[in-house]
Amino acid sequence: MVKKVKLHDLCCANCAAKIEDKVSKVSGVSSVTVNFLAEKMIMDVEEDKLSEIQASVEKIVHKIEPDVVIEYI
Amino acid sequence: MKKDIACIAAGAVLLVAALIIPEEYVIPRFIVFLLAFIAGGLKVVANAFKGIIHGNIFNENTLMVIAAVGAFCIAEYPEAVFVVLFYRVGEMFEDYAVKKSRNSVKEVMNICPEYATLIEDGKIRKVDPDEVKIGDLISVAAGERVPLDGIVTSGSSFVDTSALTGESVPRAVNESDEILSGCINQNGLLTVRVTKTFDNSTVSRILELVENASAKKSKSEKFITKFAKYYTPIVIAAAVLLAVIPPLVIDGASFRDYIYRALSFLVVSCPCALVISVPLSFFGGIGSCAKQGILIKGGNYIEMLSKADVVVFDKTGTLTKGVFAVKEIKPVGITEEELLEKAVYAENISSHPIAESLREKYGRDIELSKISHAEEIPGHGVKAVIEGEEVLAGNGRLMESCGIPFEKKSGGTIVYVAVDNIFRGSIIISDEIKEDARELVPALKRQGITETVMLTGDEKSSAERVAADIGIDKVHSGLLPDGKVAALEEIMDGKGTKGSTAYVGDGINDAPVLARADVGIAMGALGSDAAVEAADVVIMNDSPLNIAAAVKISKKTMNIARENIIGSLIVKIVILVLCSLNIVQMGVAVFGDVGVMVLAVLNSFRALKSQKTKNQKPNEGKN
Repeated sequence: MVKKVKLHDLCCANCAAKIEDKVSKVSGVSSVTVNFLAEKMIMDVEEDKLSEIQASVEKIVHKIEPDVVIEYI
Repeated sequence: MKKDIACIAAGAVLLVAALIIPEEYVIPRFIVFLLAFIAGGLKVVANAFKGIIHGNIFNENTLMVIAAVGAFCIAEYPEAVFVVLFYRVGEMFEDYAVKKSRNSVKEVMNICPEYATLIEDGKIRKVDPDEVKIGDLISVAAGERVPLDGIVTSGSSFVDTSALTGESVPRAVNESDEILSGCINQNGLLTVRVTKTFDNSTVSRILELVENASAKKSKSEKFITKFAKYYTPIVIAAAVLLAVIPPLVIDGASFRDYIYRALSFLVVSCPCALVISVPLSFFGGIGSCAKQGILIKGGNYIEMLSKADVVVFDKTGTLTKGVFAVKEIKPVGITEEELLEKAVYAENISSHPIAESLREKYGRDIELSKISHAEEIPGHGVKAVIEGEEVLAGNGRLMESCGIPFEKKSGGTIVYVAVDNIFRGSIIISDEIKEDARELVPALKRQGITETVMLTGDEKSSAERVAADIGIDKVHSGLLPDGKVAALEEIMDGKGTKGSTAYVGDGINDAPVLARADVGIAMGALGSDAAVEAADVVIMNDSPLNIAAAVKISKKTMNIARENIIGSLIVKIVILVLCSLNIVQMGVAVFGDVGVMVLAVLNSFRALKSQKTKNQKPNEGKN
């Protein structure tokens, strides 16, 4: 399933690239793109692993950009 | 923002004050420098600290703090304060630049309707477009944006489709016309029966396309992401080596001196300028195309389009209007009326524009009970049994393959009709060339396209007539639908140049060809799902000139991306070299970081600037 995530206050392009790289390595995520300009992350994920994936994503995002607010849409 | 400016100003004032204090007052001087550092740099330190807590040690802030604290430790106080202040100023510019580009992107995307006015039991209610279901009735007042795709059930008006097609001439809509979301209703009140959910409506699909375009990365973007991964660790490693090795190896070299040089390295080590400006250039190009009604599905297609040197066209619906009109009816042994009727009934199963034009000319209802059997013979025509008679209607090949002697005609697309294997006459149908089509080939040549080719299922004479009129270099006529793929492959294999091949079609029946080309461009695809699906580039309106516009914008975008890559790299490398030789100070290194990034972002704004091709002068695109 495709999961869209809004990353509010994503302010560094390099961090966006790092987030993309790290999230792509989370198990259950088959593809991910972070659109820096739209402050959006679009992931293709396995549905039954969703809650674990969300937990890992939050951890990764906060590690790289502590100020980002994550909103699932 | 205001708080930032206040901090920076306070830091700057304290820095000046500290510089005025004579050097013999060591301790007061140190304290004022420290205060300046705190005023200007506290936020940087705080951010660095936050990063470290979350386990992200080498972020931009940490690098700056290490550089500044390092400078403090080796008693380069003014430098230390200067680094954090300059970094903060740079950050502010960066934020501004990013905000500005986000806003221009939003402007492009600002076609999203905020609400729908739902009609329920005669009452109206404003709801989220998401909540509206297929079959619901909505009302659209003058000045409002159409929220969902649908069919007009009452009212008539003009709608502004410019947000979708880039076309400024409003389109008339009347009862039972299709209306697309994203258009703006200009005058009358319209009632619309919704035919698609919000997610599937044109507006959502366009937005999604533009947003997701960043998923398909160009080679340059991939290169940058890879490069960034190695760049930072390499520069940091180089900094460590620079701090340690020369003082040990070179006589008279002091640690203090080389640590200073190494600290400057840290400042330049963030690859932000590249990482943001290259995708931003591509997004700008895609956004600028979107403004003109050209949707590009990814940065990789911009790259391909910019390299195109051969453009292959489908004829019908692409270069010609695809609106056929019956020009002449030449019966043999029957009346004109009878001949037309036979042809119309036989072609009833066909959705081809030719069949449409026959139906239009016939103008009466078709009694389906009269047709007992009908089949389409791809690339030839149709075979049908009508009131017990076997009717063949199609091109010359159909007659030849059935061994029916017939009289050849020219001057358009010809439908030959045979009844029970006897030739009964021909109907000549002609198609008009699109208004812009004649300007297309010169416009493409100006963009460096060396060859234009037309592929068509039509017979040679009418194909060549159209090609000569438009100025197309080569024609492959009489192709069967699957023959188009083969013809395209032949062109792609045989051209022997490195450039890419673009194919332009209407996307309805040439999906395989669109997919096979390096870049598949679908024309006039507004509202056609199949075309949007199959193509890499979708031209929403009907203007062939937009093909040249797409090539032009792609070239410009690639140039900007290249400038950004090369420019930022050169500046960074030069600064690294100068820092290691101690020719420039740390302040310049900060410029190498944030300054370059701001310049690169500003440069990529150029890609977003939309230009109309119609007013272009030759060579304009070669900047």
